[in-house]
Amino acid sequence: MAKLNKLQTATLPDAVLDRRQAVPALIENPKDFLMVAGLAGTAWEMSALTHESPSLFGLGGAMGAAPMIGLGLALAQPKRRVLVATGDGELLMNLGALATIALQNPPNLTIICVDNGHYGETGNQDSHTGLGVRLDVVASGCGFPVVHVINTEADMAEGRRLVREGGGLTFILLRVKEGPATHDGKKNLVPHIERDRFRAALLG
Amino acid sequence: MAETITRETWPTALYELLRANGVTQFCYVPDAGHKVLIDRSLADPDVHSIPLTTEEEGVAMVAGADLGGQRAVLLMQSSGVGNTINMLSLTAGCRFPLLTLVSMRGEFGEGNPWQFPMGQAVEPTLKAMGVIVLRAEQPEDVIPCVTAAITMAFQSCQQVAVLLTQRLIGAKKF
Repeated sequence: MAKLNKLQTATLPDAVLDRRQAVPALIENPKDFLMVAGLAGTAWEMSALTHESPSLFGLGGAMGAAPMIGLGLALAQPKRRVLVATGDGELLMNLGALATIALQNPPNLTIICVDNGHYGETGNQDSHTGLGVRLDVVASGCGFPVVHVINTEADMAEGRRLVREGGGLTFILLRVKEGPATHDGKKNLVPHIERDRFRAALLG
Repeated sequence: MAETITRETWPTALYELLRANGVTQFCYVPDAGHKVLIDRSLADPDVHSIPLTTEEEGVAMVAGADLGGQRAVLLMQSSGVGNTINMLSLTAGCRFPLLTLVSMRGEFGEGNPWQFPMGQAVEPTLKAMGVIVLRAEQPEDVIPCVTAAITMAFQSCQQVAVLLTQRLIGAKKF
């Protein structure tokens, strides 16, 4: 299969982590968070991780929405911690959101990008990150005060600490191999029911 | 109140209407037609003033505000409507309240030909995505239109755009 060349500036090592273990290992206590998950892989694995918690708003479409939903939610709920989990494809679709979020600098927001370098749902084409685009550098350049890259198991302890302790607006790039996300049969919830259950659980 | 509204005073009255109705997140791509609202939101310690890089960010932000129990408004120019179209799947499918105020170009008296394609497409494209469109043509229309839109959006979970028409705000001079 023909491929685009990798960027000559690509410097990160090949990903070695399996998302099926790495995502639960990174997010030890999902109950601590209000959560937003981007479509496809991250929505499935977050749904499995939380047993379809109503504190998770998972997208089945509207690609590119997750980080900005997280910002609106974080500003509206300053006393709660908000966790956005999304893929590289979703984040790439709306990179400007990182600039917008950094300007607001909500201290209660953590964004985890589960970066498999591919469009897993559409035939596993290389994504821009798979060809060397650095989303951690983008986040730093936008002004995220805390940015952490997880390449190997050795980087995981610091990632876990950041997720657990939340020392301000944080971007974590979790680099994983190609391969399936955990999918335990999450129902494809009717979108407006997903909204209603999230709000009912949070707001009563 | 409504009869005292003039071309000079409607933007201030509009800001006060939004605040009186509990809007606390103002997100926008800057436009001259929204200058007063943007400046007021930046100066108001009780609201979040959120400049966007593109309008579709604002649609997602409005949804997040609603999930957290706050009210948001999206301010954009007519050309920005085109940047929101697929993201309106989110507000339509989830029945998120959407209140957006659109300052119009590419219509009444427009002198820049680049503005016409999107300006003329604003109403049909919004309606195609299920957004209800109200038009404010005169200063005295603004408060009643936005009052109606606030009820439709936040009480009835509809997606509503109020077009601040070029007849209202005046065609930009070149």
